[in-house]
Amino acid sequence: MTETPLIGAAPTFSTGSRADAAQGLSGARIGVITFPGTLDDRDAARAVRIAGGTAVALWHADPELAGVDAVIIPGGFSYGDYLRAGALSRFAPLMERIIQAANARTATARLPVLGICNGFQILTESHLLPGSMIKNDHLKFACLDAKLRVENNATAWTTDYLPGQEITVPLKNQDGQYIADEKTLDALEAEGLVTFRYVGGNPNGSRREIAGISNAAGNIVGLMPHPEHAVESGYGPDAASGRSAGTDGLGFFTSILNTLVGGTK
Amino acid sequence: MPRIVVDVMPKPEILDPQGKAIVGALPRLGFTSFSGVRQGKRFELTVDGEVTAEILEQARRAGTTLLSNPVIEDVVNVELLAD
Repeated sequence: MTETPLIGAAPTFSTGSRADAAQGLSGARIGVITFPGTLDDRDAARAVRIAGGTAVALWHADPELAGVDAVIIPGGFSYGDYLRAGALSRFAPLMERIIQAANARTATARLPVLGICNGFQILTESHLLPGSMIKNDHLKFACLDAKLRVENNATAWTTDYLPGQEITVPLKNQDGQYIADEKTLDALEAEGLVTFRYVGGNPNGSRREIAGISNAAGNIVGLMPHPEHAVESGYGPDAASGRSAGTDGLGFFTSILNTLVGGTK
Repeated sequence: MPRIVVDVMPKPEILDPQGKAIVGALPRLGFTSFSGVRQGKRFELTVDGEVTAEILEQARRAGTTLLSNPVIEDVVNVELLAD
């Protein structure tokens, strides 16, 4: 598969047999936002392209969203995680636009937003999603392949999964312990807003094994594990089909393209 | 130059993993009298000129909007530092 890095490539770059086979999908423009200290923007953009979409590079200081159809806030250590993970990024100019667009009044106008790892932390700091992340309960950096159960496949980013499906994607973080007060946790459970749960062990002490959540409208999803690192055989987690062959994360990126084309969300 | 101190602590109901690690280390160094540790943050805001009531109020608002995350932390103290 031919691929070029996000940075240095023309923003509308899109080619390769996969994209050609999915003409309708390649028209969808998914913005990937880069902050100072973001690590995984290139992998997220690559995942968008592998799924058949067009990745658009966004810079945190941009004043506008460049007409993208959805936004991914990737992982990393934006602003060095100074103060709190995600705390300073939340006030970046482009985040103000994203907060506005994600909360739009009419359902069709709501911008789909996916926050991965540090992106999830930014979404909680922005109050787009409830709760917060604190240091892992064991105090160590966690780096492993996490097994997750898809608890809700009705969000903009999870329609290509089956309810209850188990997927394996990498997890790597220091501040990954999801916490919220009991009332918030009960509300998340009651409203079906827990999107992903860790299975086979809780890697960071997250309340109720929560790995990812969504808002009520389902356009905003945040999770600590990294689906963008499990989209291409040879570079993913080990799977039954072979070493490094896991591509369980690809469903996030095909889901959003299908959601956008279907126009149901 | 006058400074305003803003102290931020993890909420009482939030487990503080760092404090827990510290309380585990203390007895190993012979400090056996402490049954709990909670770790917070202290910010010192420097002001050019006189600190007015309005500036103190600004420090309080900065405390709750940026310096702390109200989901997990409380601003426990905002005061003018005596020189």
